[in-house]
Amino acid sequence: MTAYAWLLVALPLAGAAVLLLGGKRTNAWGHLLGTAMSLGAFAVGLATFIEMLAKTEEERETTIHLWDWIVVGTFHVPVAFQIDQLSISFVLLITGVGSLIHIYSIGYMEHDENRRKFFAYLNLFIAAMLVLVLANNYMLLYVGWEGVGLASYLLIGFWIHKPSAATAAKKAFVVNRVGDIGLSLAVMLMFSAFGVVTFGEVNAAAESASTQTATWIGLALLLAACGKSAQFPLQSWLLDAMEGPTPVSALIHAATMVTAGVYLIARSHAIYEIAPIAQTAVIVIGGITLLMGAIIGTAKDDIKKGLAGSTMSQIGYMILGVGLGPVGYIFALFHLITHGFFKAGMFLGAGSVMHGMHDDVNMRHYGNLRTAMKITYVTFGMGFLAIIGIPPFAGFWSKDEIIKAAFSHSTLTGVVTLIGAGITAFYMTRMMAMTFFGTARWQEGVHPHESPKTMTVPMMILSIGSAFGGMLLLFVGNIEHWLEPVVGFEHPHGGPEASVLIPVTLTIVAIGAMMGWVQYAKREVPVTAPTDVSVFTKAARADLYGDAFNETVFMRPGQYLTRSLVYVDNKFVDGLVNGTAGLVGVVAAQLRKTQTGFTRSYALLMVLGVVVIGAVVAIVGMA
Amino acid sequence: MNFSLPYLSLLIALPTIGAALIGIFRIKDENQVRKVGVLFAILTAALAILMAVNYDSNSYSALQFVEKYNWIPAFGTSFALGVDGISLTLIVLAAILVPVVLIAGWKESEGQRGSVRQYVVLTLVTEAMMIGVFAATDVFLFYVFFEAILIPMYILIGRFGGARASYAAVKFLLYSLVGGLLMLVSLIGLWVISKEQFGAGTFDWIALQDLQIDGTTQNWLFLGFFIAFAIKAPLFPFHTWLPDAAGEATPGSATLLVGVLDKIGTFGMIRYLLPLFPLAVDYFRPVIIVMCLIGIIYGALLAIGQSDIKRLIAYTSVSHFGFIALGIFAYTSQGLSGASLYMINHGFSTAALFLIAGFLISRRGSRFIEDFGGVAKVAPLLAGAFLLAGLSSLALPGMSSFVSEFLVLTGTFTRYPVPAIIATTGIVLAALYILLMIQRTMTGEPSEAVRNSVGELNTREKVAIAPVIAIILVLGFFPQIVLNVVNPTIDRVMILVGATDPLPTQGEN
Repeated sequence: MTAYAWLLVALPLAGAAVLLLGGKRTNAWGHLLGTAMSLGAFAVGLATFIEMLAKTEEERETTIHLWDWIVVGTFHVPVAFQIDQLSISFVLLITGVGSLIHIYSIGYMEHDENRRKFFAYLNLFIAAMLVLVLANNYMLLYVGWEGVGLASYLLIGFWIHKPSAATAAKKAFVVNRVGDIGLSLAVMLMFSAFGVVTFGEVNAAAESASTQTATWIGLALLLAACGKSAQFPLQSWLLDAMEGPTPVSALIHAATMVTAGVYLIARSHAIYEIAPIAQTAVIVIGGITLLMGAIIGTAKDDIKKGLAGSTMSQIGYMILGVGLGPVGYIFALFHLITHGFFKAGMFLGAGSVMHGMHDDVNMRHYGNLRTAMKITYVTFGMGFLAIIGIPPFAGFWSKDEIIKAAFSHSTLTGVVTLIGAGITAFYMTRMMAMTFFGTARWQEGVHPHESPKTMTVPMMILSIGSAFGGMLLLFVGNIEHWLEPVVGFEHPHGGPEASVLIPVTLTIVAIGAMMGWVQYAKREVPVTAPTDVSVFTKAARADLYGDAFNETVFMRPGQYLTRSLVYVDNKFVDGLVNGTAGLVGVVAAQLRKTQTGFTRSYALLMVLGVVVIGAVVAIVGMA
Repeated sequence: MNFSLPYLSLLIALPTIGAALIGIFRIKDENQVRKVGVLFAILTAALAILMAVNYDSNSYSALQFVEKYNWIPAFGTSFALGVDGISLTLIVLAAILVPVVLIAGWKESEGQRGSVRQYVVLTLVTEAMMIGVFAATDVFLFYVFFEAILIPMYILIGRFGGARASYAAVKFLLYSLVGGLLMLVSLIGLWVISKEQFGAGTFDWIALQDLQIDGTTQNWLFLGFFIAFAIKAPLFPFHTWLPDAAGEATPGSATLLVGVLDKIGTFGMIRYLLPLFPLAVDYFRPVIIVMCLIGIIYGALLAIGQSDIKRLIAYTSVSHFGFIALGIFAYTSQGLSGASLYMINHGFSTAALFLIAGFLISRRGSRFIEDFGGVAKVAPLLAGAFLLAGLSSLALPGMSSFVSEFLVLTGTFTRYPVPAIIATTGIVLAALYILLMIQRTMTGEPSEAVRNSVGELNTREKVAIAPVIAIILVLGFFPQIVLNVVNPTIDRVMILVGATDPLPTQGEN
């Protein structure tokens, strides 16, 4: 089956092509085709995975060379897929969660007149995301990298008539492009330094590379990761991206695309291992973002934006994890997979709540929904337990390992991850309490009801993943052993013992959860957000002023600059080259007066030309 | 090769015959005229593709399909034709775009100062001359085509354009003529030197490569050619005629002007500047690279600031020509191949942008962005096509333009890292100018005026635009179709100018 791995990309790509080119004719069955293509890719992925399991460890990595993409001089880029333990894990996550979200969307988008187009874009996303993780070189990864960016752009702006959605889509793309500068520079640096761009060759060359080169490459890749994974300082687009339909938020802006930065850094592990400065930068960025996202999460009343802040924060954990080196890679990737389950599940849960609440996203209008939406309540609850890290739910295992590894790096890093865990417990409890507990604060005319089976079944499956996924991967799947050949693994040394760390972590989580519970379940939640709040709450509500900063520093001066340049170009550059603007104006005006101006001016200049020729010949001839 | 068709003369002759037939028989019926025009354009395109198929990309000869006829032996000039990989692909580009332009612009010549017949005849004449300018291997013949092509283009802009068309046309003509005159001076200089060194003056491109010219003389001769090419391409600060000309011309003529005609400048840089004046190129390279960088960023910033769709597209081209020239003067195989591929890709993506913008403008009766909005709701296919064209312009991976832009950047980086880093900011600005335009024209709720005027693409428009988009996508995944043809030519250029690619700075690879 490995030889047919190109089908992984071809199936969803064909789905997207048929649905986009077929147009309205495919409206009736478009959603079914889209879902079938995603499931088909999952089946191929599963078969490839099973085949890989049967092989010995050394034989598991295979490369499928499809064709030579770009060959110029020594710049040689194939279209080739690398099937190994890391990429196949992503393939299963993308197609597995992706298929569930396709199924969910059949119900969620049922009444949307453009449902077929929605499925086309989802298929396009799956194809691009698979290119991203299957590529065996940075250039082909780039295709997937911006391909998912395009799908994200199309899906954030899916309700294109809404100006807010169109603005959010553009913002996401442009901010991501800032990150893509990093990816471009990284590839240029690699080619210039090593003459190669495939993962294998670059990682091999890195062994003899200078620290300086590796540091620059590492920092450039980090910039790329910041864009795609919404890490500080390129985080601001993710909250706005919630303008897209909720299944999109679940698939792209929680489970898969936004984790691509983590993947990129893990793939480039050899570069980072010889570049301690770049590694430290990764840890710092991850640490800042994990706290920022969590703080933003505490102040949001919009359930999707709350989850988006949480996603930023959780990816911060993963980025911090891959920054730690071999003690962290595997657990960061482990957390990436468990997060894929529980966060996708919670987003689908949020979508289900919105479905029952007339698309209202304001949690202050929710309350006591556990009575009206039992399945949503239970499945969301599983995700909640997983994310705050209650044993034996999935998040406990993966987050706990990152915290442990962080302490082995430095106490400060460890403390940051612990504080993050506490805040996470607070804002998630707040979300849980405001939505499912307390008194019903439903708006008039809203009658919450449970969602149809196509929506609840995927939620149930993901909640099973949230509950047992961690244990399965750790104890049955032996994920350390599985991924070690690709990214390497070391046991963390130093730092507190697990017997100390686990109780401490759980205590902090319990304190955070208690504070959330007391404030939002035990007390009455005001239906309108109070305005007499502290500066900290105001800052958190304003996304810690990320947008305000961008507007003041980039947007306003940029607009001023472009406007003045337009003026300068029209008034001065034009004139400068014309010699004097006035002269040409006069000449032009004269020429315009005569109907046959063109022939005359041409004749005139031909005469001039002959004179010049004569002069030159004469001068050169005399010399 | 002895039995091969005289492709190049035929390619010049076919559109000329088409134009002559329309002119001689004075066909009255406008549709008849257009059909004859399209027929000859398609025949030319078919012949060009046939020639490309027969081109031997493994051959080491500098030129293929060589033809030579006596012209003015006294001047040592002959009607000499031939193609290398770069000119071959440019001829194919021109030959494919002309029928596309004629079909897409079926109605744009109606109700203008000029007649439909004039429009079709002039477009075909322009095509013949475009092919001639790329096929000429005699420098004087090149010059003649270079200048002569201004006449049909001048009339196309002036008589079929918008309100300020005559101003724009005169400005285009004056700029081009000034450049042409400077080139003429250098050309004569070259001839005189060849007479001194060979005993008889010649304009033969290959023979001229053997001249031994000292640095100072090279610098002067170089300047004449370079300014002509920098106006044509156009590079900052010689670009101000382009937004006026492309903004006022019909979308079809703007496509030919920016998509093909302007390439004469960048083509000329590779064909003439590099092999004939290598010392001067070295001397002026820093200045030119700075001009390219300014052009990339300045053009993009100005595009962001435009309120007129066609002027916006014109300014994006100023930015793109900065990239092309940067690749050329980086002097690496990646930079040069990337620049050559960029010329082709830019031709197609500009065509898509201008032509679809033309569909929009003809519906709404306005070129201004503010008069649109919400088009995606009333004409989703049109909006989708415009988005694809825009994505091609912003060099999204998967589109052909990504490959060329990245090759240019990488090829520049290996020799000049700092300029390459500066140029990379262009990729963010490109996202801004395209997506801002898309947002303002396509998204939101359509106004009453848009609702009433903007309808979906019709069959003719689909037929015109589909092949262009298909080519953009196919070349995005299979750029070797072009690169395989271009690479051997680039290798020759590199050897001629004595340049080699910088070796990897580290590692054993």
